[in-house]
Amino acid sequence: MKLYLLEIKYEFLKALRLPAYSLPTLLFPVFFYLFFGVMFGGKQTGAVNMSTYLVATYGTFGVIGAALFGFGVSVAVERGQGWLEVKRTTPMPIAAYFVAKLAMAMIFSAVIVTLLFVMGSTVGDVTMPFLTMAKLFAVLVLGSVTFCAFGLALGFFAGPNSAAPVVNLIYLPMAFVSGLWVPIVFLPKAVQDIAVWLPPYHLSQLALGTIGASRGGSVALHLGAMAAATLLFGAIAYIGYRRDEGKLYG
Amino acid sequence: MIAARFSSVTKSYGMVEALKGLDLTIRQGELLALLGANGAGKTSAVRILLGLAKPTSGDVRVFGGDPRDARTRTRIGAVLQSARVPETLRVQEHIHLFSSYYPNPMPLDEVIAAAGLQGLERRKFGELSGGQQKRVLFALAICGNPDLLVLDEPTVGLDVEARRAMWKQVRAMVGRGKAVLLTTHYLAEAEALADRVVVMHHGNVVAEGTPAEIRGDAATLEDAFVEMLEAS
Repeated sequence: MKLYLLEIKYEFLKALRLPAYSLPTLLFPVFFYLFFGVMFGGKQTGAVNMSTYLVATYGTFGVIGAALFGFGVSVAVERGQGWLEVKRTTPMPIAAYFVAKLAMAMIFSAVIVTLLFVMGSTVGDVTMPFLTMAKLFAVLVLGSVTFCAFGLALGFFAGPNSAAPVVNLIYLPMAFVSGLWVPIVFLPKAVQDIAVWLPPYHLSQLALGTIGASRGGSVALHLGAMAAATLLFGAIAYIGYRRDEGKLYG
Repeated sequence: MIAARFSSVTKSYGMVEALKGLDLTIRQGELLALLGANGAGKTSAVRILLGLAKPTSGDVRVFGGDPRDARTRTRIGAVLQSARVPETLRVQEHIHLFSSYYPNPMPLDEVIAAAGLQGLERRKFGELSGGQQKRVLFALAICGNPDLLVLDEPTVGLDVEARRAMWKQVRAMVGRGKAVLLTTHYLAEAEALADRVVVMHHGNVVAEGTPAEIRGDAATLEDAFVEMLEAS
């Protein structure tokens, strides 16, 4: 237990001392939120005003970023450095390595969502009951688990230098198409049809559901899609992990 | 006492056979140097010994256990070739974390002293010179007080002084009854340190003995080694 806590502590220190990684992950969603939130102002979209709606979608955007970068890119880099291999020569339970990164991604997610709540209720027109806020918070932070699995799968297949660009190439278009930047109903029909196949869309709909602004799809369907995606990415990551065992370095 | 034993170990990567039935014994209180040109199979042997890779066939036992088992690994420490360490953590933080993996770790100040890292405890890994970084890797390898120490080219990039200091530490560990497996391209290092030398070529052992036996009539171990490779 102590070992796990230490692993988390040092994972956290590592990230904190790399502001070039941690600041963009934390602040991009907030800047985007402010930009679009201010641009669309207090317009209504369905049941809620735009600044409330966008807290849910930029929250989704933010937690996905924390998971893909914190998990995916860091695993790819540490694999490339041979660091993961050094750890594997020790008796450290391999789970500790992943649990620490998972905890890290969730802490980052929690910070991002909190920042969005603060911005939304000060600069924007967000007023929501505490219970609703807590529900939205929980959905987003727990939802990041799916994207940790996604990041892990990428981390085991992307190279240490290509991981960050690869993640961006997937993350940014996927976020746009899923309706995380601009509400999905503003996007062309063809794009909306693609969105339903993307995991971020399902997390955003679950998040929007907590504030009564989802498109009315079934919660079970969204949860099922997230679970299926988690299993799929987890399986891909597992294959990558096993593949490393057979690989010859140098 | 036998620390580790390879029995007829083979390892294939697709069409390439890196190990062709390796038999090898590492004893406690002994430093065994594993020599061979690049591609001889040294790295494969080390990876299998550390439980990082599975043999294609054959068996490896470390203190009677499977090195892929975490319990066995509590008794192994390793310096891997060309490993890089997260740069933003301090030397003592790295050692603190690694010590937590082992049941009976060495006290921090002993690890620092043994690895020659006095005064660098609070430095971040990324701020250290190449030689100092190597010493941190050595500290991580010994901090769990292992009974088998595996050193895969541990002194590459070290200056003479630092290399000699590490030799002294390694010999001291052997003196305390630890088993050490060393791979190196510096044959003078093997000559100075090893109790026994094993020469590998194309995945097989081609010679085995004390440094003096391997050297034979040649002036140095290096001369004997070059002759041996030319002959095979």
